[in-house]
Amino acid sequence: MTDSKYFTTTKKGEIFELKAELNSDKKEKKKEAVKKVIASMTVGKDVSALFPDVVNCMQTDNLELKKLVYLYLMNYAKSQPDMAIMAVNTFVKDCEDPNPLIRALAVRTMGCIRVDKITEYLCEPLRKCLKDEDPYVRKTAAVCVAKLHDINAQLVEDQGFLDTLKDLISDSNPMVVANAVAALSEIAESHPNSNLLDLNPQSINKLLTALNECTEWGQIFILDCLANYTPRDDRESQSICERVTPRLSHANSAVVLSAVKVLMKFMEMLPKDLDYYGTLLKKLAPPLVTLLSAEPELQYVALRNINLIVQKRPEILKHEMKVFFVKYNDPIYVKLEKLDIMIRLASQANIAQVLAELKEYATEVDVDFVRKAVRAIGRCAIKVEQSAERCVSTLLDLIQTKVNYVVQEAIVVIKDIFRKYPNKYESVIATLCENLDSLDEPEARAAMIWIVGEYAERIDNADELLESFLEGFHDESTQVQLQLLTAIVKLFLKKPTETQELVQQVLSLATQDSDNPDLRDRGYIYWRLLSTDPVAAKEVVLAEKPLISEETDLIEPTLLEELICHIGTLASVYHKPPSAFVEGSRGVMHKRLPARTGSGEGTECPDVGNAAGGSAPEAAPSIIPSQGDLLGDLLNLDLAPPTTTGPTPSTSGMQMGGMDLLGGGLDSLMDESEPLGGDIGGSPAMGAGFGAAPTVMPASLNAPVGGGLGDLFDLGGGVGMPMGAYIPPKTVWLPAMKAKGLEISGTFARRAGVIQMELVLTNKAMSVMTDFAIQFNRNSFGLAPAGPLQVLTPLGPNQTIEVSLPLSTVGPVMKMDPLNNLQVAVKNNIDVFYFSCQYPISMLFVEDGKMERQVFLATWKDIPNDNESQFQIQDCHLNSEAASNKLQGSNIFTIAKRTVEGQDMLYMSIKLSNGIWVLAELKVQAGNPNYTISLKCRAPEVSQCVFQCYEAVLKN
Amino acid sequence: MIGGLFIYNHKGEVLISRVYRDDIGRNAVDAFRVNVIHARQQVRSPVTNIARTSFFHVKRSNIWLAAVTKQNVNAAMVFEFLYKMCDVMAAYFGKVSEENIKNNFVLIYELLDEILDFGYPQNSETGALKTFITQQGIKGQTKEEQSQITSQVTGQIGWRREGIKYRRNELFLDVLESVNLLMSPQGQVLSAHVSGRVVMKSYLSGMPECKFGMNDKIVIDKAGKGGVTDEVGKSDLGGGGSTSGKQSIAIDDCTFNQCVRLSKFDSERSISFIPPDGEYELMRYRTTKDIILPFRVIPLVREVGRTKLEVKVVIKSNFKPSLLAQKIEVRIPTPLNTSGVQVICMKGKAKYKASENAIVWKIKRMAGMKESQISAEIELLPTNDKKKWARPPISMNFEVPFAPSGLKVRYLKVFESKLNYSDHDVVKWVRYIGRSGIYETRC
Repeated sequence: MTDSKYFTTTKKGEIFELKAELNSDKKEKKKEAVKKVIASMTVGKDVSALFPDVVNCMQTDNLELKKLVYLYLMNYAKSQPDMAIMAVNTFVKDCEDPNPLIRALAVRTMGCIRVDKITEYLCEPLRKCLKDEDPYVRKTAAVCVAKLHDINAQLVEDQGFLDTLKDLISDSNPMVVANAVAALSEIAESHPNSNLLDLNPQSINKLLTALNECTEWGQIFILDCLANYTPRDDRESQSICERVTPRLSHANSAVVLSAVKVLMKFMEMLPKDLDYYGTLLKKLAPPLVTLLSAEPELQYVALRNINLIVQKRPEILKHEMKVFFVKYNDPIYVKLEKLDIMIRLASQANIAQVLAELKEYATEVDVDFVRKAVRAIGRCAIKVEQSAERCVSTLLDLIQTKVNYVVQEAIVVIKDIFRKYPNKYESVIATLCENLDSLDEPEARAAMIWIVGEYAERIDNADELLESFLEGFHDESTQVQLQLLTAIVKLFLKKPTETQELVQQVLSLATQDSDNPDLRDRGYIYWRLLSTDPVAAKEVVLAEKPLISEETDLIEPTLLEELICHIGTLASVYHKPPSAFVEGSRGVMHKRLPARTGSGEGTECPDVGNAAGGSAPEAAPSIIPSQGDLLGDLLNLDLAPPTTTGPTPSTSGMQMGGMDLLGGGLDSLMDESEPLGGDIGGSPAMGAGFGAAPTVMPASLNAPVGGGLGDLFDLGGGVGMPMGAYIPPKTVWLPAMKAKGLEISGTFARRAGVIQMELVLTNKAMSVMTDFAIQFNRNSFGLAPAGPLQVLTPLGPNQTIEVSLPLSTVGPVMKMDPLNNLQVAVKNNIDVFYFSCQYPISMLFVEDGKMERQVFLATWKDIPNDNESQFQIQDCHLNSEAASNKLQGSNIFTIAKRTVEGQDMLYMSIKLSNGIWVLAELKVQAGNPNYTISLKCRAPEVSQCVFQCYEAVLKN
Repeated sequence: MIGGLFIYNHKGEVLISRVYRDDIGRNAVDAFRVNVIHARQQVRSPVTNIARTSFFHVKRSNIWLAAVTKQNVNAAMVFEFLYKMCDVMAAYFGKVSEENIKNNFVLIYELLDEILDFGYPQNSETGALKTFITQQGIKGQTKEEQSQITSQVTGQIGWRREGIKYRRNELFLDVLESVNLLMSPQGQVLSAHVSGRVVMKSYLSGMPECKFGMNDKIVIDKAGKGGVTDEVGKSDLGGGGSTSGKQSIAIDDCTFNQCVRLSKFDSERSISFIPPDGEYELMRYRTTKDIILPFRVIPLVREVGRTKLEVKVVIKSNFKPSLLAQKIEVRIPTPLNTSGVQVICMKGKAKYKASENAIVWKIKRMAGMKESQISAEIELLPTNDKKKWARPPISMNFEVPFAPSGLKVRYLKVFESKLNYSDHDVVKWVRYIGRSGIYETRC
C-alpha cells in the first residue's frame, strides 16, 4: 500500500533509470517500473521515450501489468505509430484467449488506439468478438464499433459492422442490448439522415423489455434512445408511456430524468381529454420533487430541468411551491435556481407565502442571491396583479434598509412596476428620489433617470435632479447617457419653458462632445425632431408605451420544445440548443416534439416552427439590413398599417419568437430589443435605426465595382444548365402610374443554385432616375437581397434596364399570406415605392433534394396522413418519362417509379431552402391527360404552393 | 459521452487522469485547474463551460473529481456516475483522500478502465467488480469461474453472485429517517418533510426472493377494501417504537435500489427483489403529511440598544415520555460583531464558539414531553456596518428511537426454493432511528 511513492520521484536521469528497470529480468521490478511510468504520465511528464521498453512488457500473464501497459499504449500510440505496430500481435493473440476477460480487454484497448495501421488489424478480431459466446465480450465489442466509427466511419460501413451491431439489439443479454443501443445512437447522431436506428414497434418492444432487466446505466441509454422515437399514434404512445412510468421510482436520478423526458415528449401525442393523460400528469410531480433531495449537483441539474418543465406544463408542479423554498445551507447555485422556479410558480393562491419567503431572502448574505430575491419581488408584482401593492410596500421597506445594492436593485424593479401599472404607484417617487445619491450602478442610475423623465410633470425639481446628473455626463456609462438624453428631452416636452437651456446642453453634449455613435445619433434625431416639428416630437417621444408582460424571461417556444427533447442533458442545463456548444456535426440536428394526433386540436406545424426556431436567434440583429441607408425606409414599410396602440399583452409573449415581430410595427421592434427596459439603455437596433436616417449616404457608394462580373457569371450559369428550371414569364409588378413614372416588371429564376430576381426597370417619366436601392420585408422563407441593386448608370427618360438581383434565404422570417408573397420597397432619387409580388416556390427547391429511397419510405410513413393533400393536374400531355425529366430541371427529383395496372406512379422528393422536405406521389395514366398528385409534408401549408409549381412546370 | 475523468488534490495537482475520447486534449486538465480550482472567485455552478468543453465536478473533502466532455451528454448521468465512482473507491479503499488515491492509483486506473468504456458507464456494482478486479492480479480462475464472473457482470442480477452460503441466515433492517423542518418565529410550519431510507444488511444463502411490506396507505386501503385480512397481525416485525397510533402513512414518493422490480411495484405496489449480499440501501422515500416533529423550538431574540442582544430559547420534546432522544444539539447563531456572551441553561452544557459565530447547547438525553430552556446575553461591538445582521435560523440536531413519518415495517418474507431453509429460519432484526435533517426555526 505504498504506491504513492511513485509520485515523488523527480530526480534527474529518471528516464534512463526507468529504462533499465523496465528491461530487468525480475517480474516485480518490471511491474514497479511500469507503475512509475504511469505515475509520471499522470502528472504530465513526457515518458514517450520509453515506448519500446514498455511495449516489451506487454507479453505477460500478469493481468494487472498488462492493463498498465495498455494504459500507456492508449496514451502514446498516436505519437509513435510505427512502434505501436509492435503491439498488434499481442492484441490479436489476446483476442483469441480462452479467458473472456482477456478477450474483452484486448478488443476494448485496441479500439482506443487511434493508429490507422492498427485499426486495419482490428477488423477481424472485432468481427469475432461481436459474435463471441460470452456476453461480456459482446458488450465490449459493441462499444468498440462506436470507437472504430469515430476513427474511420467508412471502414465500419464497408466491413458491415453496423448490421452486426443492429443485430445485437435483439441479443439475449440486456447489457449487450444497452451498449449496442448506446453505440448505434452515437453513430446515428453523426449521420442525421441515415436510418440506422430503425425504430419500429417491434424494436421498441425489444428495448422496453431490456429496459426492465439491464443496469441503471443501460436503462439511461435505452430511455435516451426511446426519446428519439415518434410513435405512430396516441395508442402506441400511451402503451410506451405505461411501460416507462415504473422507471420514475428508480434510485438513479438520471434514469428518472430520462424517463421524464420520454413521458414529456410522448404526452404531446395524447389527447388531453384522455383519463390517462391526467393520471400521467399526476405521476410526474412526486419524482421531480424527490430529485430535490439528491446531492446538490444533481439538484442543480434537476432544477434547471424543472425550470423547463414548469414553462412547458405549469400544471404539473403548481401545488409544489413549498419544496422550492430555499434552505439556508443550500449551495448558491441551488438557491438561485430555486428562486427562478418560485417566481414561475407564483400565483394568486400562494403569493402571500412567496412574498414572505422573498423578503426573508433579501436579508441574506450572498449579494447575487439578495439581488435576485429583490428582483423576484418586482416580478411577482408584475405577474400577480393582486399582490402588486404588497410587493411595492415590501420594496419600500427594503429601500429603507439603505443597503446599497438592495436599494439599487429595488429601484430597477420599481421602474418595471411603473411600466406595468402606469399612474398607480407614483406616490413612492419621493422615497426613491431620496436615494438618488447612493446609486452607483449604471442600471440603477438609468432606471432612476427614466423614472424622473417619465414622471417629470409630478416631480417639482425634476430639472434640478437631472441637471445634477448632467455634470458628470462624460463619465457615465452609455446606458446612463442615453437615458439622460431621453429623460431631458421628455422633460423639455413636458415643461418647455424652464428647461430650454438644459435640453440644449444635453443635445450638444451628446452630439458634439461625444464620440459614441449610438449617443450621437440619438442626439441628432431628437435635435432634428425638436427643430422641425415639436408636435411630432411629442407624439414620438411621449407616445404611450406598451405594457410589459410578466413572462419576459420565458424561453422562446420553439427553443423550449427542443430543450424538452433534451431533458437531462447538458443542453437542458445550459438552456441552449446543443448546436450552441457542441462542435461538428453532432447534435446539430434539431429535435422537436411530436404533434398531437388523437383529437382534432390545433396541431402546430413543427417544420415551419423549426425553421423559425433556427433563425430566431439571428432575427434581432438582422433587423439592420446590409444597406444602412434604407433602414429608415424599411421601418416605414413595416409601419404600413399605422399602429397607434401597443400590442396587447397577450401577444407580447410571442414576440420573442421572431415570427410575429412585425405584427406590432415599431412598438414591437422596441419590445424585442429591450424586453423590460422600455426605452432605457442602449438599444443598438433603435439607435442605429434612427441614427441612420439623417446621415444620408448615396446608394451608389454601395455598388461594388465588380457588379458586371456578377452578371457575366450569371449568364454562364444559365447556359450551363441543359434542362433549365422553369421560369415564369415577366409580369408588371409596379405600374408607372403608381410610381411617379418608374415601371417595374420582373420574374424569379433559379440558376446554378442561386435564386435570382430579374427586374426590368423602365423610366417613363421625364427626368433621370438614379440612386436605386431595394429592400424586402420579412417573408415566409427569409428571402433577402444578397447584394445591392446594380444599376450603375442613371436611367434616362424612356430608357429600360434589365437587372438581376441575387437573393439569399437567410433574411428574417415571417409567415406571409399567401405563403409566397413578397413585399418589396424600391427607392430611387425621387421617392420610395412599395409593391408586392408572388414568387414560384420552385425557386426555393434546392439541388440536393434527392432523398434516399429508404429514407423516403420511412419519412412517407412517418408523416401523418392528415398532412397529405391531393390535387388534380388537368390537360397535361406528357408521358411519365418526360414529366419526370421536366420536373428534375426544377429540382423535383424522381426517386422511384412503379407501374401498377398501366398507371405509372412516380415518387418524388423536394427540399426547400429552409430544410423542409416535400414528398410527392404522381399518378400518370397513359392516355389520360389528367394527373393526380399527392403531397406529403410536415408543413402542409406549402402543399398548395408546391402544387402550383407542378402545374406551372408541367404545362410549360 | 464522458470524454475524460480527472482527479485532483486540493492544490489542483492531478492525481488521476484518464482520457476516453480523442476530442479531449491534455490542456483540458489544466483548463479545469486554472478556471475552477484556482479561480479567484468561488465557482458558482457544478457545471462549467470552458472553451466549448464542459466540466462536471464534485468534491469529496479535499478531492476534486471532474468529468469532461465536448458533447451534449446526459448531465444527470455524469453526476450519478461521479458519485458512484466515489462509492466504488470508498468500497475498495475507504475514505476518498489524497493519500488513499495515491496509494491505489493503479487500482483506480483499472477500475476506470472497467466501469467507463469510451465514456459509457458500465456495470459499477462493487459486489460484481470485486469478483474480478482485485489487487492480487489474476488468480488461477477455472473456466467455470470466469464465465460466472462475466455472466454476473453482464447479467440481469448483476448485484448478486451465485453460490453464497451462510450457516445462519440473518437479516438486519434499519429504518433511518431524517426529519426536516423550517418554522417561522411564530411557530408556523413553513415546510416539513421526512426523507427516509430503508437500509438492509442481508446474510442469506443462495438466491433468495424477498418481499417487503410496510404500512403504506395505498396498500392498506386496498387490502381493507378487498376484504383481505390485514397481515399486521401475523407479522413478526410489527411494532417498532412509533408514538403515533396511526395505522398507515401516505408516502409522497419512493425510489428503489435497482434490485427491486419496478414494474411490479408500479402495478401491484408490492416490493419484491433478490437482495444484494451484505449492506445496501433498499429504498428511499419522502413523506410530508402527519409528520411527528420530535422537537419544537421557541426563540425569543430582543435587541437591547445597539450593543446588546438578549436571546431566550425554549425546546420542547414531543413524543412518548417513555422514549429518550439523544445527541441533542441546539445551535444559536450570533452576530459577527459579538464581543462576549453569558449563557445560562437548565440542562446540558452550552458554550459560545466564536469561530463558528454560534452558541452551541448540547444535551445528552431528553425524555418525551419535557421542556428545557437557555438564556443568553450577547454583547456587541459597535460597528458602522449599515447592513443589519441577517439572523440565520436556529438549527437543531437530535436522534430519536422511532420513525417521525410513522412508517412501520409490516413484514419481510424470504423465499429460497432451491435451498432448504424457510422464512421462519431467517433471523430478522428491525430498528427505527429518526434523526434531524435540516431542522431550523427562524428567529
